[in-house]
Formats: sequence, C-alpha cells, structure tokens
Amino acid sequence: MTYLTKPRLHHPDLPKNKLGYTHRDYEGTVSTLCAGCGHDSISAAIIQAFFELDVAPHKVAKLSGIGCSSKTPTYFLGNSHGFNSVHGRMPSVLTGANLANRDLIYLGVSGDGDSASIGLGQFAHSMRRGVNMVYVVENNGVYGLTKGQFSATADKGSKSKRGAINNDEPIDMIMMALQLGASFVARSFSGDKTQLTPLIKAAVQHRGAAFLDVISPCVAFNNHAGSTKSYDFVREHNESVNRLDFMPQHAEITADYAPGSLREVRQHDGSILRLRKLHEDYDPRDRIAAMDYLQRRHADGEIVTGLLYLDPDAGDLHAALNTVETPLNQLGARELIPGAAALEKFNATLR
Amino acid sequence: MKPSAGPIQAVNDFVVKFANVNGSGSASANLLFAKAILRMGIPVAPRNIFPSNIQGLPTWFEVRVNAAGWRGRRGGVDMMVAMNPQTWDQDLKEIEPGGYLFYDSTKPLPDTKFREDITVIGVPLTEICNREYSDARQRQLFKNIIYVGALSALLEIDPEEIAHLIGDQYKGKEALLKPNVHAMTIGRSYAVNNLDCPLGIKVRRANAVGERIFIEGNSAAALGAVYGGATVAAWYPITPSSSMAEAFARHCRKFRTEATSGKARYAIVQAEDELASIGIVIGAGWNGARAFTCTSGPGISLMQEFIGLAYFAEIPSVVFDVQRGSPSTGMPTRTQQADVLSCAYASHGDTKHVLLFPEDPKEAFEFAALSFDLADRLQTPIFVMLDLDIGMQDWLCEPLVWDDARTHDRGKVMSYEMLEAGKEFGRYLDADGDGIPYRTYPGTHPKRGSYFTRGTTKDRYARYSEDGATYVDNMERLLRKFETAKSLVPEPARRDAGHATRFGVIYYGSTAPAIDEALAALAGQGIHLDALRVRAFPFHDSIADFIAAHEQVFVVEQNRDAQLKSLLVNELVVDPARLMPVLHYDGTPITARFIGSEIAEKLAMFNVTPLRKVAP
Repeated sequence: MTYLTKPRLHHPDLPKNKLGYTHRDYEGTVSTLCAGCGHDSISAAIIQAFFELDVAPHKVAKLSGIGCSSKTPTYFLGNSHGFNSVHGRMPSVLTGANLANRDLIYLGVSGDGDSASIGLGQFAHSMRRGVNMVYVVENNGVYGLTKGQFSATADKGSKSKRGAINNDEPIDMIMMALQLGASFVARSFSGDKTQLTPLIKAAVQHRGAAFLDVISPCVAFNNHAGSTKSYDFVREHNESVNRLDFMPQHAEITADYAPGSLREVRQHDGSILRLRKLHEDYDPRDRIAAMDYLQRRHADGEIVTGLLYLDPDAGDLHAALNTVETPLNQLGARELIPGAAALEKFNATLR
Repeated sequence: MKPSAGPIQAVNDFVVKFANVNGSGSASANLLFAKAILRMGIPVAPRNIFPSNIQGLPTWFEVRVNAAGWRGRRGGVDMMVAMNPQTWDQDLKEIEPGGYLFYDSTKPLPDTKFREDITVIGVPLTEICNREYSDARQRQLFKNIIYVGALSALLEIDPEEIAHLIGDQYKGKEALLKPNVHAMTIGRSYAVNNLDCPLGIKVRRANAVGERIFIEGNSAAALGAVYGGATVAAWYPITPSSSMAEAFARHCRKFRTEATSGKARYAIVQAEDELASIGIVIGAGWNGARAFTCTSGPGISLMQEFIGLAYFAEIPSVVFDVQRGSPSTGMPTRTQQADVLSCAYASHGDTKHVLLFPEDPKEAFEFAALSFDLADRLQTPIFVMLDLDIGMQDWLCEPLVWDDARTHDRGKVMSYEMLEAGKEFGRYLDADGDGIPYRTYPGTHPKRGSYFTRGTTKDRYARYSEDGATYVDNMERLLRKFETAKSLVPEPARRDAGHATRFGVIYYGSTAPAIDEALAALAGQGIHLDALRVRAFPFHDSIADFIAAHEQVFVVEQNRDAQLKSLLVNELVVDPARLMPVLHYDGTPITARFIGSEIAEKLAMFNVTPLRKVAP
C-alpha cells in the first residue's frame, strides 16, 4: 500500500462528465492492498467506467463479502453506500438490497475464495434468479488475506508460493455462470484496462445478472513461476474473443471501426454494444456455442477474455416477481397497511 | 362389553382424540368435526399431532371441547377414534376410565384387544365404503367423512353445521360438495339406526364463542407482517414455519396487489437456504425496506454469523422463529420453547437480541406488526418467538384489531433535507444519548450521508478502526441501546391471585392457556399464586420486582434446560434460589393437569397442602 494521502483539492481543469463530476468524485479512500495488486487496477477501471457512464456515485450501492477483493469497495465510489458483509454471502445481501430499491445500480465485488469456495451456493443462486447487478469476481486463485492458501479456482497442478501442488480440479465460474443463466458473462484481465473498462460499462447498462470474471494476479502470493494466475502466465495464455466499446443511447456514434469487424447488440434500454470481433465466427448471443468454444479453448490451455455471452433481452428478478415500479423502500403506510375495515372483513371469514 | 366404572357423562366438556394414518386425508375431516362444534357456539381447541412424514406414519388429532373456553391441552382422552391399527394398543391405553372407543368394526378383533372399563362403539366403516365406492381413493377419503357423520349422531353435533362447512369448503365445486355431504349422511344414518345415540358425552348448542375467531398463529403472524409494512420476505422451507411464508404470500396477493397495475407491493424469495434468507433480509433492511424471514431452530443455527453482523452493523431485521423439538433435527413436527437462549445470545461474541413472546395467534399478529417498528427504531434484529403449537394449530382468539390512526415508526433516518441542512451525520454516533444512531438509506444525497457498512470495528463515523478504545466505545453504546429497548418492548402481563400469597409463577408464549387453566384449578383447591407472563426480552424491571416480592417463583417452560430461568438469572439481579423450574418438553403442548400437579407437589415441600386433592 501507499502511505501518501491524496490531496483534497481538485485541479480546476480536471475534465468533467455530463453530471459535472470529475474523475476524483468516483474515487474512494487510499487502497490498503499490496503495491501492484491486480485488484487496484480493477478499482481504477470501475472508477473510469462509472465516470464515463455519467452515473451519480450515490446512485450506486457497492456490496462485497470478505477477503482482499471484498475490501476494495472502500477504494472507489466514496460517495456510494457500501456494505462489506460476511464471507461468501454478498450475493444474498445484494439480492435483498436490490429488492428493496430497484432504482439503484448494484455492484457486487467478490473474490475467488469468497465466490467459488465458501460462497459458491450464493453465487449460483443469485445467477439463477437473474438479480439485476454487476457481479465482479477478482480472481487470483489464492487466499491473500490469510497468506497464500489455494482457492477453488486454482488450477490443478499449479504451485503455491510455498511449493505445494494443488491436486483439486478448479471451478470455472464462467462456465457455471453460463450454465446457471447469467445473461451477461465476460472475462477480463486486471492488466488490460482497455478491455476491462468497456466491459464494466456494458455490464452496468445490462439489465439482469452480469458476471465478470477478472483474473487479477496476487503479487504477494500467486505471481511466481508455476502459478497459473501470475501476470506472465496470463499474458502468455490470454486469448481475447472481442474488444468491446460501449455506446450509450445518447452518445454520438463516432467510433471508428472497420466494417465487417463490428457486431452491434442492442440492449434493453436501447443502448448499443459494439463488439470488435477477433474471430468472425464468435457470436456472443449464442450460449451453447459460447460454452462449446470456451471448453475447446480451455482444452488448448487458453484463457478466453472478452464478452463471452450476452442476452440483450434478459429479464431480472423484479420482472419475475412482478414488483411495482416504485421502489419497495419508498412505499408508505398508506400503500402497505390494508386498514381496520379490511381486518374486520378478514375476521369475519374466520368465524 | 360394559364399562366397570360407568361411562363418562359430560356436556360441552370433553376430549376426543383421532388416531389416523398420515396422508389419509384425516386432518381435514377432523378439523371439520371441530369446526362444526365451534359453529354450535361451543369453544374448541384442536391440535394436530403429526409425524415428519407425508404418508404412512401415525398421526393424531385431538379436539378439546370446552364451554368454559380453556384453550390449552387438558390431558387425558374421553373418546378415542381409533382408525390406525399400528397404534391401537397405545391409543387404547390413553382412554380415561369410563371413556369411549370408536373403531372400524369391519374386521372382528379378539376381546383381548379391548378394555373392560370403556364403552366400545363399532362402525363397519370399511365395509360401508367398499359397498358405496369403487375407487380406492374415494374409499379412503370418504371413510373419514363417514366417521364424522357417525360421530355427529353419537355426540349430537348438528348435521346442518357440517353440511354448511362442507358447502363453504367446496363452494363452486359441486362435484365434490354433494358426495361429501352424502358420505356424512351415510355415517350419520348408520349410527342413528344401529347405535345408542347419544353417548354420555355430547354437545349442546351454546353461545360461548361470541365474536372470537379461529386462526392459526402462522397466518396471524403473516398478516401482522403485512400490517407492519413488511415488503421483503425471504425464507427456506422448514417445519413448522413454512406455512407462515405461504400465508404471507396469500395475504399479500389479497392486500398488496396494486389495483391499477396488478403488480406486487412486495417481494418474496424462497431462498436456497437459511443463510441466504437472512442475508436477503439484511440487505433489504440495510436499504430501507421492512424485511423478515421465518424459520425454526435449525435455521436459527445456520443464521448465526449473519445475525451477529446485523447486531454489530445495526441493521433492522425481523426473524420469526416457529420453535420445534430440538436439538438437531429433533422432533421436527412437535412443539417446544427451546430456542430462547440460542436467540437471545445468537452469534459469536457479545451479542444480545430483542425477543418477543406472543401467547396466541392474536398476539402473534400484534407482535409481528410491532416487530417491524422495533426493528427500525432499534436498528437491530428482532426475534418473534412462536412455536409449533401457536403457529400450526387453529386457536380460538379475540378478533384481530387495527387502529387506522396508527402508522409505521421508521426510526431515526436522516433525510436528504436533514443532510442538506448540514445536520451532523455519524452512522454510529449516539446523537440523542439513547444509544440509537441515525442511519441513511443508500442513494439519499449526492455528497453527504454515505457510509460504509461493515462487520469489522469502526468508529462513530463508520470509519474502519482497530483501536481498542473505539471498539469499547461502540460496544458500550450497543448496551445503552439495549437498555433503551427495555422501554419499547411489551411489558410483562401481571395477574395477581386476589389473595395474599408468597408464591408466584412466571411463564411465556404458548404455555399461557394451560397456566390460566391450572391457576384457576389450583385456586379452586385453595392454592393461590400471582402470575407474570413475560412478553419480551430485554426484561422489564418489574420482572425483578415480581421475583423479589415472592418467596418462591415457579418458572414454567417447554424445554429441558429451563432456558428462560437461566436468562432471568443471567440478566437480572435476582436470587436464583427463588426460581423453581417446571418443565415439560416431550414435544406435546404442556397441559393444565401437568402444571397443576407439578406446582401442588412442589408446594408440598413448603407445607402448603391443598384443601382438596388435585382434580384429575
């Protein structure tokens, strides 16, 4: 971590977004993670994404579990409410928060220990329910805060810093998310901000369960030779399916993309995702093909990054429950209490 | 066979117990029997004693008919309707001397299978069914209705009332209505033509029910949650609490559907487990919605970590614990009051929680509605301690009432205007000296009032801190808040004997009706006790005063370890020697007879002799 506190005064010429906020308005407190931690790069990408999206920071609720990754919500969006809940249980807390107020943006931040080990069940069920959220797993294959134990995403045969070999099969959260019904599934790498930031922006705009698996090397405990989540290993084995550029509905479409390499996907709110395909045959709207492709690349030892799957017309939990448009936490006694007369009628049915 | 001691003679005061096979449709028929008597203006207290099973295991249904309106179990059986060969021997033993046995006489049984001192009534139910119906399922279902018909003649139950109830039940389903009424008539005719009707026990139309309603506690509590403004419910199926979640869904469909859009002013999630249930409740509570879960003992165990978070991070949440036989899977379909300590001190570390103890469905409704005000006011988990006896049995109780002037107390919430006006906000700052801080809902203000919620130590402004003094400061404030809770929770209900007495009794929850009856019976024998019904934890100061004012205080509970007594000793400055436990924990609801004889026996040690021996 760095011990230099950030100056409070902003430079008067800092660029502002449509709401008049500067980049600094999306920052949090100084990170207490290790210098060079991949998680800090993800926080930076989150800050960038929300700044560029012109989202008012207080309209975001950021929730996390326990672990290094789960500490990061303190380091971005300082004017958002945050909730560092219990280990592996962020998804249920986020689900409840989302039910209470459908108008906020819900950002869940978790790690591989938090989501693939202790929290695998809650991860799975929140995907099944289609909770409208961005679920980011900062995946380093290791327990950092407790100093270097393997997590459930560690690859079989990978080596810990202390030299132990992992004998257990890894959990591939991307495959699980696809199988469980997540409607936006992407993987990226903390060291690739140009890919990650647009993916986060697209995930925020997506209605439904958006899952982002971000490989984030642990410089302290999982960045050595023999690790399959080190910077070097990931760079060597990264296979990107597409580049994503997010275009909100109100933005003028000026991006310069060669014809034929673009795929436009219209989101539920009318905004358009533009994908630069690196492979002509990759269609992120085809779930079965995505699963097939990922399995094949995995067999070849490649880590596929990019937007892997998207259902632009997905519903969410509120749609399934048919809840009113007004956030439930804003309904007053008048809307909620049936009253004395209704109770007397109810009594009459019980005699 | 002639009874040796003369058959029991009783009008509007007897106990009929049905012994059935689970899954045979008997519970609905038995409830029909109970309701018909109720419609004749005679109070009844039915209790379904069912197994953890869908089909095949023994099940019983006890109906206490009692004009005086005692709602507890009395103990003893005046008439056994023995429909289950598996439990025949055990069922036969339970009949009081001079009692009655009703059975299916299709297959002859040897004399050794009967008793000399009871009246035996045989009806060839199987034979009748086989003659009347060809379908196996019909034979089974209508057999139940046929015995209800036969009992109506034997006990002088008005068949019109039964027919009305069948009519209510199958309104619009003529195909089911008529055959049911027909089956009832077959049974009744058989009894009228072949048996000596009526028996020594019978009913006589009365006017002893009045305006009272007949309702299960789980349904009443769920309705209380509707009136209390709950909008988010998350649950995981577990007996005996599932029917509360289902009732909430039913009540919400009725009362919380937006007329214009047909959309729901509520969200109910059947979660993947109890951990997720309480997590959803905490997330919703944090975000300003009123939320609850309902569960039973094993669920409480699973929720421990989250409950500690809600206590320490101060998040309004409501947990309905419909208690059952424990520990472990225990007796999942039987009743107990055995989660008092595990709820009072739920979670790791120093925690204390607010508990409410309703005595019946009416109070379950009231406490359910109140619990959401308390949760918001105190910003902490509130436990509503129901049990299977209250939750899953139909109780006759006073009508539910609501004052239209009443609104919801949302507690200390700092609004946009307050923040904008520059009011100081510290999430864990004791601004008013009552230990209760202000909170903000997420999304309130662009620049002020946001904070980071965590289970880790923090200072008054919600900033992460590992400083010991800061930690202690916060923990001390939580104690002050608990002290404040004392003034907000329902006060104990005290009822004095009307005679000077050195003795008192403390009780709570579903033990109340049995206590009421036992104390009346003891008073009839010249034994007088002052009574105090505990309705909440933290304990009101008057509880300590009550204990100090009596030489000996019986603490009557339905668990093995005298859990409320332990909590009293732990939390109040009282002399433990004054407290004497009276414990009943076999899974059946405590009876007036049990309480009466236990107290009389223990009082004998103090040289208190009853004027008369305890009546059976």
